[in-house]
Amino acid sequence: MLIRSEGSRESVIRSSEITPQHVFESFQRSRRQFLATGAALGAGALAAGRLSGLVQPSVAHAGSVTYTVPDPQTPLQKAATYNNFYEFGTDKDEPARYAKTLKTRPWAIAVEGLVKKPLTLDIDTLLKLRPLENRVYRHRCVEAWSMVIPWDGYSLSELINHCQPLPSAKYVQFLSLYDKKQMPQAPSGYDWPYSEGLRMDEAMNPLALLTFGFYGQTLQNQNGAPVRIILPWKYGFKSAKSIVKIIFTDKQPRTLWNEIASGEYGFYSNVNPKVDHPRWSQAHERRIDGSLFPHTIPTLMFNGYADQVAGMYAGMNLAKYY
Amino acid sequence: MTRKGIVLSKALVHLLCLVPLLLLLRRFQMDDLGADPVNTITHATGNWALYILLASLAVTPVRRLTPRLAVLIRFRRMIGLYAFFYATLHLATYVFLFSGYDLPGVLMALRSGHVTAVFAEWSRVWPTIYDDLLKRRFIQVGFASWVILLALAVTSPLLVLRAMGGKRWQWLHRTVYAAAVLGVIHFWWLVKPGVTTPWRVTVVLTVLLAARILHVAFRRSGPAGRSSAA
Repeated sequence: MLIRSEGSRESVIRSSEITPQHVFESFQRSRRQFLATGAALGAGALAAGRLSGLVQPSVAHAGSVTYTVPDPQTPLQKAATYNNFYEFGTDKDEPARYAKTLKTRPWAIAVEGLVKKPLTLDIDTLLKLRPLENRVYRHRCVEAWSMVIPWDGYSLSELINHCQPLPSAKYVQFLSLYDKKQMPQAPSGYDWPYSEGLRMDEAMNPLALLTFGFYGQTLQNQNGAPVRIILPWKYGFKSAKSIVKIIFTDKQPRTLWNEIASGEYGFYSNVNPKVDHPRWSQAHERRIDGSLFPHTIPTLMFNGYADQVAGMYAGMNLAKYY
Repeated sequence: MTRKGIVLSKALVHLLCLVPLLLLLRRFQMDDLGADPVNTITHATGNWALYILLASLAVTPVRRLTPRLAVLIRFRRMIGLYAFFYATLHLATYVFLFSGYDLPGVLMALRSGHVTAVFAEWSRVWPTIYDDLLKRRFIQVGFASWVILLALAVTSPLLVLRAMGGKRWQWLHRTVYAAAVLGVIHFWWLVKPGVTTPWRVTVVLTVLLAARILHVAFRRSGPAGRSSAA
């Protein structure tokens, strides 16, 4: 399941990125256990017929592994226990403990605003809309740590085309679920629901992934189940989780962190090592992978995706539009 | 309290103050520091520096509740020194881990005899640290708090007290309040807007400061000429 394809940048792996042998071995051991458990779970889930194509490798990896990076992957255990999902608590370990109360079925996304016809898409319809691809992306948090995660989904552009937005639509807004009953830990002082947004061209960029799974299995609740977006060239908080509504607009939509502290979190929030967060430098990041201690590595412009996205921001002052 | 009782109690306080560090080392040994150990260690050492600093500030108000607790004063210095100890671990975590200093790499280099790696890494991360010190107010107040604790730790031996003279020494050691206030401000300035985790230490510090203000106010309005050590 955790296919690592031969990337063209394989040769540029720095020695600091190589996982020590003993760590790798212990990771391999737990990985095998995890795969065994995963297979058993997968069989059960298929029998129950609820997880759709996600656990079926032939569907999960239809076509090929379309995007990958040479960096060692973050173990699932770390990606699933170190989360920012404030609706389930503000400490990193709280979402993993409290997101169990999130009900991911029934689930639907309402599509509204500047579209030919408003529509509601059921999660199981969405899952089958396009074949799922496996994409290994770098994930850079605004807090200067990062992970490398294999996601399962298809390009957000596929969904947007399906929604038939009007030519007047310049932005797209994503609203996450907010239900006080399912999220008793949600702190007050935030204007819930969580809201994020993109310029239309950003949303249509092939890198933007509508995501249903990771590590070849269904997304865990704390990671944004049942459906989220992943925007690997932006800080993690732009990648809205547990989405229930998509609104096409002609005005820049409200985004939650920008409302809370506009000096710290801009609308664009593209990964940029040259523009500091007011309270820390963004030039480096702690890479959380299989190694015992995270090592610090330089942060890349657009998180290393400049070739695919820099064109969208040509001529823009990225220090002003951070 | 008997002499033996004091010695035993001091041993107990030492042990209690070392528990957070021992737990942290245990977690390190068990590979249980979470996905981002640097973050875990930074928070643990910072939290305990604040908690123990507040505990040292609590000694005097608690002692005043009843004369039977007067003996507590004998533990104040060591509790204060432990606050400095954890604050120093916190600062060291920032310098040698958080800043991007490649501590595991340097330790490996040291083992193979490359002492210069220590300084090479330092000169690599120093610009980041310098930049933080110049630009980031939460780093500035946190560092200021540590500098105060350093001054108090250095002047804590009885010999230094005698050399300085009681008045000057006491004046200097009252800056411990400033260290605690700066520490709590440091906490508020580093969390994201809307996050309220620092409220507990804020309440405790407020109560402790209020107890002192009330004490001074009562003493002024109380029997004239009564003198007591603060």
